[in-house]
Amino acid sequence: MATIAPISTAPIERLHETWESRPGLYGVLATVDHKTIGKRYLVTAVIFLIIGGIEALIMRVQLAHADTHLLSPEAYNQLFSMHGITMMFWYASPILSGFSNYIWPLMLGSRDMAYPRVNALSYWTFLASGIFIYTALCIGQAPNDGWFGYAPVSLQPYNPGLNMDFYALGLIFLTASTTVRAINFIGTVMKMRAPGLSLNRLPIFVYGTMTASFAAIFALPALTAGCVFLYLERQFHMHFFDAAQGGSPLLWQHLFWILGHPWVYIIVLPAMGMVSEMIPTFCRRPLVGYPYVALSTIATGLIGFGVWVHHMFATGLPAVSMSFFSGASFLITIPSAIAVFAWIATMWLGKPVWKTPLLFAAGFVVLFVIGGVSGVVTAAVPFDWQVTDTYFVVAHIHYVLIGINVFPVIGAFYYWIPKMTGRMMNETLGKWNFWTMFIGFNLGFFPMHIAGLLGMPRRVYTYPASSGWGTVNLITTIGAFLFAIGVLLFVINFFVSRRKGAFAGSNPWDAGTLEWAMESPPPPYNFAVIPIVRSRLPLWEDQLGDETPGIIPAEGRSHITEGAALAEGRETFGTSPLEAEPLHVLHMPEDSLFPFLLAIAMLATAYGLVFSQWWLAILGGVGMLACLVGWLWPRHLATGERA
Amino acid sequence: MTTTAYDRTIPLGVHEGRAPGWWAMVWTIATEAALFAFLLFSFFYLGSQSRSAWPPSGPLALKLSLPNTIILIVSSIAYAWGERGIRAGNRARLRAGLAIAFILGLVFIIIQGIEWSNQPFGPRDGAFGSLFYTITGFHGAHVVVGLLMNLLVQIWAARGTFTRESHLAVTCAGMYWHFVDIVWLFVFASLYISPRLG
Repeated sequence: MATIAPISTAPIERLHETWESRPGLYGVLATVDHKTIGKRYLVTAVIFLIIGGIEALIMRVQLAHADTHLLSPEAYNQLFSMHGITMMFWYASPILSGFSNYIWPLMLGSRDMAYPRVNALSYWTFLASGIFIYTALCIGQAPNDGWFGYAPVSLQPYNPGLNMDFYALGLIFLTASTTVRAINFIGTVMKMRAPGLSLNRLPIFVYGTMTASFAAIFALPALTAGCVFLYLERQFHMHFFDAAQGGSPLLWQHLFWILGHPWVYIIVLPAMGMVSEMIPTFCRRPLVGYPYVALSTIATGLIGFGVWVHHMFATGLPAVSMSFFSGASFLITIPSAIAVFAWIATMWLGKPVWKTPLLFAAGFVVLFVIGGVSGVVTAAVPFDWQVTDTYFVVAHIHYVLIGINVFPVIGAFYYWIPKMTGRMMNETLGKWNFWTMFIGFNLGFFPMHIAGLLGMPRRVYTYPASSGWGTVNLITTIGAFLFAIGVLLFVINFFVSRRKGAFAGSNPWDAGTLEWAMESPPPPYNFAVIPIVRSRLPLWEDQLGDETPGIIPAEGRSHITEGAALAEGRETFGTSPLEAEPLHVLHMPEDSLFPFLLAIAMLATAYGLVFSQWWLAILGGVGMLACLVGWLWPRHLATGERA
Repeated sequence: MTTTAYDRTIPLGVHEGRAPGWWAMVWTIATEAALFAFLLFSFFYLGSQSRSAWPPSGPLALKLSLPNTIILIVSSIAYAWGERGIRAGNRARLRAGLAIAFILGLVFIIIQGIEWSNQPFGPRDGAFGSLFYTITGFHGAHVVVGLLMNLLVQIWAARGTFTRESHLAVTCAGMYWHFVDIVWLFVFASLYISPRLG
């Protein structure tokens, strides 16, 4: 039984038929192909990036000069709140999940994620929750209390519109999407790896997304609890945050930041993982200190749970508490520094080829260090008291989030788009793209540190000329527009490459990881045979020989083109969590409409709850139950054995 | 190609190791457990800051809640007994165990309803009232979900879906049911017992 036939054409045709989604509307709505879902995630998240960016640019026009009244204070409140919410929740995490969704099974040598229909559900609910939160903006009642929605301003007596109801329900809705996605990633990394792809051979990108997923599972419920409280307090006059009735506004701050700080790592660790993939490819050598980078990724995720109070230093907490959280915040720089030195050492010891992805990766390292330094200083309580709620913090958060998220993301697009579309992006335009973004970013956001030190509070809709903040703000606005032009160049480059880009072939960068093994774009079944992995960089084994990291010479080399075809149905291997021993052949689900219908039912419930249309909420709830029953109804499975 | 990469045949379907679905339930339970942890964190946080009595009308009565706790534990045991039945291929025992667990769960919900109507405070009466009804309401919703799962598994059991080798749905619904019961012990200890200790 244990023979492996050379690949003939017959199974490939059968694989195509088995794995391809049906054409037409049914296929569009029912597909569970991780590559389609990944691309949808990426496109949707970039649209949210552009929307959030436009919101920021409108604010920058307002702030370019003193005493501007283009926007009313209420409009400004809604804009900065929507900008923050959009970027933090509907762009930064989903974009990384888009990459993970697309790349993971290819990198892991699998044919799909562990829960393909859950994967579809996570996309549809992400989209539906985005439509829901932007409904608020369309009816002029968008969240208006900042992305962290502090009580008591968020409460009904001070904020009687639907604004913060949309906030509470929209975030709960998105949390459902993010949670099921995280469970899908964890299930995938535990079960869906190519035989031999043991934990010590996993790409750092996988470690990043895995750590972020674990963090999401344990941190997101804090936000859910807070938002449920907020909704109940607003709609039903219950008391959680109202000090007069035994509640506490600080309870909201705790719940929010117990999520909020791990969230920062949720939206940067996968991005740091992407950089750990790009730098070795373009420096032509394996990552230096792989085990330390992997462990520091996990350590960052863990320590990230113990630092949330550093967002609350100015709220009058006991000194002991502040000392503890200040110490933890200093501590978290250690794993970050380990990763930074590993990247620098890889570049130092390698032979850098300065293609666009490496420019973005290197730019990221620079911005990460600057953002890290402005973070470390605010971990010191006395300094934090000076700059809290000023533009210094705004500068810090943007260095961290644009530096560690947007720069790696654009770099990753340049890196992986050839795999997704089969065509290269333009290098010249790519370099213009990078330098415009890099210069625009620093021009825009570095002066914000100064505005903060000059005392400019964040979230003011305008400022008097006598404040002396005019010049730094004008520079910031110019920089912001330059940065936006950089992002626009990326979008242009993408559309140009779709039509005119050079064909990529399977491995245009001569990279070492598995996702470059198959043609570009990959066929619906990913791998004609399930590969067997014997090292960390299976495609570099010819060049590195027994020096390939993770290889055990006695085991031999990886098998990429020869292995089990598993062409009898939608099948792939289920493997053991640590060593990735193949344990069973899993029969993967077919396309299904239930994820889409379930997301629609959830959207109906959310609208019912926000507009107090209880019949609609109940109808949606019944619909959700019906979808779940249909989804879970047992399928009749084949039995047997596969060699 | 003469060498083989793995020198054995790989079975179709899960016979050793854990199925992906099993892990999905594990992590669903983990995130749900975190949710209850944060709800109870909120309870203790506001309780520790309260300037009036906590609970405002004195410790909550144990007359109904303690027997109800025992009912839920027995329900869990009944489920486990039924699940052990199907592991031995005994479908009748599975169906009996599921039915007993279902009925006891239903009794728990009904007694919870009585418990709610017995309280001298409502959900709008201060932070304690709001937290009490929110936390027990959340738990009650989880019990209802567990009962619906139980019902589905019963339907499938009646249709003969499960065998000694293949009964993942029984296992997963059971894990959820045990989780709902264990969480109740924490909720009960926090809302009913902890105010008596200090």
